[in-house]
Amino acid sequence: MTTLAPAPAGARGPEPSAPRRTHVRRDARRLVPLVPAVVLLALFMLGPVVWSFYGSFTNAALTGPAAANPEFVGLENYANLLADPDFPKSLWLTVLFVIASAVVGQNLLGLGLAMLMRSAVGPVRAAVSTLVVAAWVLPEIVAAFAAYAFFHADGTLNALLGGVGIAGPDWLFEHPMLAVILANVWRGTAFSMMVYSAAIAEVPPEITEAATVDGASAVQRLVWVTLPTIRRSISTNLMLTTLQTLSVFTLIYVMTGGGPGTDSSTLPILAYQEAFKFAQVGYGTAIATVMLVIGAVFSVVYIRSLKPEVD
Amino acid sequence: MTATSTAPATPAAPIDRGRPRRPAALVAPGPRATRLAANLVLVVVGLCFLLPLGWIVLASVDAQATLTVGLPEALTFANFSAVMTPEQTWVPLANAFLLSAGSGLVTVLASVLAAYPLSRYRMRFNKPFLYAVLFGTCLPITAMMVPVYSLFVRLNLLDSLPGTIFFMAATALPMALWMTKNFMDSVPVSLEEAAWTDGASAMTTLRRIVLPLMRPGIAVVFIFVFIQAWGNFFVPFVLLLSPEKQPAAVSIFAFFGQYGSVAYGQLAAYSMLYALPVIGLYVLVSRLSGSGFSLAGAVKG
Repeated sequence: MTTLAPAPAGARGPEPSAPRRTHVRRDARRLVPLVPAVVLLALFMLGPVVWSFYGSFTNAALTGPAAANPEFVGLENYANLLADPDFPKSLWLTVLFVIASAVVGQNLLGLGLAMLMRSAVGPVRAAVSTLVVAAWVLPEIVAAFAAYAFFHADGTLNALLGGVGIAGPDWLFEHPMLAVILANVWRGTAFSMMVYSAAIAEVPPEITEAATVDGASAVQRLVWVTLPTIRRSISTNLMLTTLQTLSVFTLIYVMTGGGPGTDSSTLPILAYQEAFKFAQVGYGTAIATVMLVIGAVFSVVYIRSLKPEVD
Repeated sequence: MTATSTAPATPAAPIDRGRPRRPAALVAPGPRATRLAANLVLVVVGLCFLLPLGWIVLASVDAQATLTVGLPEALTFANFSAVMTPEQTWVPLANAFLLSAGSGLVTVLASVLAAYPLSRYRMRFNKPFLYAVLFGTCLPITAMMVPVYSLFVRLNLLDSLPGTIFFMAATALPMALWMTKNFMDSVPVSLEEAAWTDGASAMTTLRRIVLPLMRPGIAVVFIFVFIQAWGNFFVPFVLLLSPEKQPAAVSIFAFFGQYGSVAYGQLAAYSMLYALPVIGLYVLVSRLSGSGFSLAGAVKG
């Protein structure tokens, strides 16, 4: 992210000294090419966000009179949300999913792989990174099928466990969260691995060499030299993987459908089910609004950490 | 045997000989053992990643495919020929292409136009707009789908391919705009200044000078949007209702619901047909930008 290119204003006349009104008019003319992008963003990004806040105060439904003329019901949806035992459960499952699969799983495994790749022989490095990236490049629904087959009661995992004499459980029913967490680690680690590989490659070798000469062990070099040097990449990557994982829908929907019951219904699944399965669009919209607010909080933290790069 | 290979039995000799060479062997004490361990761990992790992937490939050519990965006893392409019918595969793939290429074109056009003033002029408007765009890249789109559905009902855009294309283009736009602006920033302004003094307008220099210089960057942005749209399941799943308009992501899910518990081989074959184009495009985009890390780098900023 480079800084803004020097403005070529000087090439087009004595603008810096021009009076303010022509300044404004010139800026307005220059902003014309932004119109398509602004219209698209206003209509399809800002529109739904505003609509989400508005809709969460109505009793909109899929069918019936409330579908045609939704009424304003105030905070009723939010009151129901707090009274509904499914909501806190879903919130907790979402937190569990994000922390276990993104913050811990993808980041630690990604960092570990990036470190190991440096001391691996060429063919191993090429093969393993291709496999890890392949899981990430696949369309999400195909990855979900692959993970479904892997964790199914008659799937590969239980066949492997059976090979060493362990009768594996039906993962998707008995441990649905564990299955979707592992599946998301499998699918998403490539991103963290690539970010960390790029970051570690930029750590100046002199620093690590100096630490080695001073007798630092491999672990000490990692903790005291490499990690502090790449801390910007770590915080950026933590935020990005958190935001991506917060909105994972397809993987969970295909593998468990949010079930059994609501045992793996994270917030995106719960919002979808309330709105379309139980036809409570207003209630689903309230859940969506909560998610948007959570996402917005994370985004603001993330943007603040990137601030110097925009300025 | 194993003891000698992991722990050096004669500690004196290696240290004496190793001393002068120490700076070269920076990996760890006992670099060969560490390297061996690193390679072994990587091979194990690689196998864990391979098993679910391998199932798709192997089951697609297996006449008696099950949910367990295994070498097929009889190789067959019957799974592929069974799903390669117009209504099963070709129409959904064509729809997926229409959606992905359409949103790719809309996104690239809008972001090139918008990136030009943002990259070339220093305006008071830039900073708040770029912050808003950055904020947009972070919004969880899946969280928005319920309100988007009711908004589309109101705007009468439900089950409309153009409506879906514009929505997907808009959701991809913040990231695409960010990438395009970065690519454009790296095109030197001096070339345009010469054209400006010759009386060319901003749009002329954009078309004649800037765009030809950033062609690979534009290709990267287009492919990036295309891959995202091609793999998107949730958006068309919610917004497109009639089967003849649905893209492959949705129709493969319907196939999974109907036959997924019996015709594993066909499901895997369909998955292969659907996934191969984006894998090809990913390879292309890593070539275009010189390394496989480009997408992550672009996302990272």
